[in-house]
Amino acid sequence: MREVTPRERMVLAAARRIRDGEIVFCGTGISMIAAMAAKRIHARSSVIFFETGAIDSRLEELPLSVGDPRVVTGASVGTGLVDSFAILQNPRTASRVVAVLGAAQIDPYGNLNSTCIGDYARPKVRFPGSGGASDAAVYAARTIIFMRLEKRRFVERLDYFSTPGWRNPGGEPSLAHGRPEVVITDEGTFMFNESSRRMYLASYFPGSSPESIEDKVGFDIDTGRAVEEPSPAHESVDLLRKHIDPQHLIL
Amino acid sequence: MITLKKQSKVMSAREAIAEFVHDGDLITFGGFTITRNPMGLCHEIIRQNKKNLHVAVHSQGQAFDLLVGAGCVAVLEVAYGGTARFSPGGGPCFRRAIEKGRVLFEDYTNFQMTLRFLAGAMGVPFLPLRGSLEIDVVKKWGIPPEIRRRNPKLTNEKIALVENPFSESEEKETLVAVPALRPDVALIHAQQADPEGTVRFGGLTFTDVEQVKAAERVIVSCEELVDPETLRKDPVRNQVPFFLVNAVVPIPFGAHPTACYGYYDYDPVHLKRYAEAAREEASLREYLKTYIHGTRDHGEYLALIGDQALDKLRAEPSVGYAPGLDRSGR
Repeated sequence: MREVTPRERMVLAAARRIRDGEIVFCGTGISMIAAMAAKRIHARSSVIFFETGAIDSRLEELPLSVGDPRVVTGASVGTGLVDSFAILQNPRTASRVVAVLGAAQIDPYGNLNSTCIGDYARPKVRFPGSGGASDAAVYAARTIIFMRLEKRRFVERLDYFSTPGWRNPGGEPSLAHGRPEVVITDEGTFMFNESSRRMYLASYFPGSSPESIEDKVGFDIDTGRAVEEPSPAHESVDLLRKHIDPQHLIL
Repeated sequence: MITLKKQSKVMSAREAIAEFVHDGDLITFGGFTITRNPMGLCHEIIRQNKKNLHVAVHSQGQAFDLLVGAGCVAVLEVAYGGTARFSPGGGPCFRRAIEKGRVLFEDYTNFQMTLRFLAGAMGVPFLPLRGSLEIDVVKKWGIPPEIRRRNPKLTNEKIALVENPFSESEEKETLVAVPALRPDVALIHAQQADPEGTVRFGGLTFTDVEQVKAAERVIVSCEELVDPETLRKDPVRNQVPFFLVNAVVPIPFGAHPTACYGYYDYDPVHLKRYAEAAREEASLREYLKTYIHGTRDHGEYLALIGDQALDKLRAEPSVGYAPGLDRSGR
């Protein structure tokens, strides 16, 4: 078998952390693949949920947007944004929701920027905007965050505060209900210290190391607790390649 | 403008845009990123060179980016601007317009924009939501108060915090309040409509129904114009009552290159072609000249795409999309 790629490791590291019976709020791209993999591997009664109104999507084919027609086929309910955000905001359902998100920048408390680099009014680089990710992070019981590991992305101060984490950029406790549980990158995973709520390195992928990771983080990071992330099972990798993303649209 | 008298509202895109969309209007589009964008109507706005439009959307893709690129837009209110995997960093024209300071813009979240349309639809001035008090979407304003005060289509405040008046606990419960949106025009593409304006969406409705109800005028383009009796046989599957609609414009493949559930998939080749062309001003102008200014209507536009390419996109009725479609864009 061809060597496992960093993106495949990311997807399967996230999939492992999705629990059976959870409602999985997915963004576009790699987070959908993680939800699809979890549902097919161990979390068979998890519910894939999209802000666009598709609830318990079957996903016979990988969607390329949360608005892709593929999200609705065979779903339990197909509705719209008012309904899906209402369900998400309602504490009865929110307590069962895990949100799987990505962003352009992250700070030590798990706050995210998906809006711009530079000054907000006249940015150097503009991104699409927060969409429904910020809403999901506020209401979901916990969040799994995908990030590419780069110094310019792991920053002490965000250029724009789109999505709340554990503590606000000033250090005040966040008012959001959602809590970032894990940050999954192409070299390893990060979690948050129970008391300070700052990020620490939890695991590194085979082929990487705590030293190499530390160099790519733009703030002080505790790497002392890091363990090697287990390699994914061959069958899981096979599932990604043959069944979930056979056209290599995202992986 | 409400017409209770039943009459045919069928007209061409040219007639509908000329009559109902004016320079400076606040407009909104239905659909979501790469699905059910009213492209036929959007192209016609560009052909008629409408100016200074104010566009308010939640997560809009192709129609939104194209209209910004064509220079028709002066003000944007938006939660997400892009075509998802087909423009990973965001819609190219949307990005450029903001980076070069060519538009006034304001960010909201998708839930906030959705509630803004719902408030407009319900006729209330605002709606509250829980959470997200401290984020920059609440704290940073893209459009300064002095400009807001001068623009009748914008509220003086972007967003506000309100207390729960029913709270029975000692601690205050603060919510975010978002102002209602009342667009001058909603542009919607649906699977089916009848000549009077009753509309049936297939697949997800996104926020289209709220956008229709919030707007002063509504233009609906549709894949199929059907007999009123056909829709009235199963009224629970219809979402828009006829009296809210001003114009019905039959446009087959009217959402191309975005998808229309049950009819056709998105066109990966064309979405990619656009995203590449839109990266530079010169190639964008070439794209606009070829596909929009060089065509008289959507039929001529589709002729450039070609029957062979369109046939590949046709949906398999049992699933609503084109299974196995090569989506790499090659």
